[in-house]
Amino acid sequence: MAGRIDTTFAKLKEQNKSCFIAYVCAGDPDITTCGSIVEALIEAGADIVELGIPFSDPLADGVVNQMAAQRALEAGTHTTDVLELIRTIRKRSEIPIVLFTYLNPVYTYGFKEFHADAARAGADGVLLLDLPPDEALQNQELLDTTGLESIHLIAPTTPPGRVREIASEGEGFIYYVSREGVTGAREDLPAGIREHVEAIQAVSQVPVAVGFGITTPEQAATVAGIADGVVVGSAIVKMVEQNAGASDLPQKIRDFVKPLVDAVKSV
Amino acid sequence: METKPDTLPDAHGHFGTYGGMFVPETLMAALTELADEYGRAKKDDRFQSELEGLLREYCGRPTPLYFAERWTEKLAGPKIYLKREDLLHTGAHKINNALGQILLAKRLGKSRIIAETGAGQHGVATATVAARFGMECVIYMGAVDMERQHLNVVRMQLLGADVRAVTAGQATLKEAVNEAMRDWVTNVRNTHYILGSALGSHPYPMMVRDFHRVIGREARAQILEREERLPDALVACVGGGSNAIGLFHPFLGDEGVRMIGVEAGGHGIKEGEHAARFQGGKLGVLQGTKTYLLADEDGQIQLTHSVSAGLDYAAVGPEHAWLRDQGRVEYTYATDDEALAAFKELCEVEGIIPALETAHGLAHMRKLAPEMGADQIVIVNLSGRGDKDVEQAAKYLLGEEEA
Repeated sequence: MAGRIDTTFAKLKEQNKSCFIAYVCAGDPDITTCGSIVEALIEAGADIVELGIPFSDPLADGVVNQMAAQRALEAGTHTTDVLELIRTIRKRSEIPIVLFTYLNPVYTYGFKEFHADAARAGADGVLLLDLPPDEALQNQELLDTTGLESIHLIAPTTPPGRVREIASEGEGFIYYVSREGVTGAREDLPAGIREHVEAIQAVSQVPVAVGFGITTPEQAATVAGIADGVVVGSAIVKMVEQNAGASDLPQKIRDFVKPLVDAVKSV
Repeated sequence: METKPDTLPDAHGHFGTYGGMFVPETLMAALTELADEYGRAKKDDRFQSELEGLLREYCGRPTPLYFAERWTEKLAGPKIYLKREDLLHTGAHKINNALGQILLAKRLGKSRIIAETGAGQHGVATATVAARFGMECVIYMGAVDMERQHLNVVRMQLLGADVRAVTAGQATLKEAVNEAMRDWVTNVRNTHYILGSALGSHPYPMMVRDFHRVIGREARAQILEREERLPDALVACVGGGSNAIGLFHPFLGDEGVRMIGVEAGGHGIKEGEHAARFQGGKLGVLQGTKTYLLADEDGQIQLTHSVSAGLDYAAVGPEHAWLRDQGRVEYTYATDDEALAAFKELCEVEGIIPALETAHGLAHMRKLAPEMGADQIVIVNLSGRGDKDVEQAAKYLLGEEEA
């Protein structure tokens, strides 16, 4: 049975449109407000929501996402609260939900149990930033991913042979990290994205989304012309940071995301 | 004959269930390249002889194995020998690894060096070899550590390094590692990360261990020459565990040699008050490796405390976790107070000012002594000198006496 992620990409492919994937950190600025923010992302037209489970030591993240994780943890966000948030979203929406985090929170929860419980709550996929697929295969306790699709990363530094290996095992979609560096907004898009994405698409069973550093509608439109999906994360998180505490925060997020979605859909 | 052949880690960096390569995809190619190049360098006689030559002439190896006569008398237990890594260039064992890694960086064609540092000893060692080889050098250091190890900050700056303060989280060693990793992810094509302990992703735990094995190799030959027998026990402090693994590893096959690693007990084994991973820790994954670490029920890394910046870290090197499971090495801890008392005693009895990290091993020696006989022998790794710690120590020790 095709899951929500596959169905969404298939539908967009029929329409010849790219997928807009919006990232926010669960529990930022607190778990209740975050629920309203996710609702605003859906209203703005996001196709997939990526929810970060905050981790104390996010070494692949830039300062914006680090601070978001810190706010979420200081607000008392536990892994179980994130699962509860997913259940709440599921009451109103069938939007695909991908969890985005580091291995230790998942490992501590129990790898298999986490996958099962998150799936039961309504999550569709999980991306673990510090778990390369080959490492996962070498740890008995990391083998059972039943319930969630494992989203894998490919980087500009990933050699072609390895691209083929990762892409051929891909589930849901491949997340192509558009540049060497941590998450966070950049002024320009790196050269060579198109070549990289095409090379991955040539060997991948699943769609290819591009993220890390996409900030403006112009950048989003450019990437939408190249890839099957566009991920915007830190730029949205920064809006949350700048407007945390504002009563119209969800409205502000919707107003910020809508032009990004429109840009992606204009291509 | 040295030890039984060491077969660990496996090709992917696993020590049993521990270790591995838990890193963002961007770093996988660089780590694989590093592991491959290290594999070639290890078998390359020219690399080894260049390293040996520099260790001898630039760093001052071999370091003495010193019989601590007055301390032995005072503790009235076994004969105590100190492996004098404090006499090495830059004042600690750390340069063994920094030198090995910068030679590798040169082979890899990298022009820029980054490192994290806690106590500053690894930062100083890295800044030193970067100056020696004319490479650009950036050192990440927690803002709290910069304050408590100010002397080392100045040393690094004199050596031409750019010391960058890390203010996130607890602003100590763990945050410095995060920041170094972020730099590396961003600049991986021209930069080599000289990780300073037997920690992190493969190949670091193996490589750092191998570069420090010279400590144990020398100590083993020296004690055999001096006493015509092997020691009964080895004692070393364990933060990430590089000095300990360097001393222990060449003795692993010597069944009669007991080995004891000493973690930082801080104010005692209470949450957030210590850095003794084998006391309050659990299995998890942090900064590239699967090992014992201090985390809460959600897997969030907990605060740690130790009077010594070099031991103030939430995870232990993966090979130590494996050796503990095997029952080959025992792990215990010493509190801040115990370490400070041992620090003071060594100053007064032997005229040696040890590093506060090292003092944790010395503190355990004081507890061990009454259990052992005069015909027995213990080697304690004097992993570093304490010049950097005199202000800290004065605050605790002199302050206490005045009060």
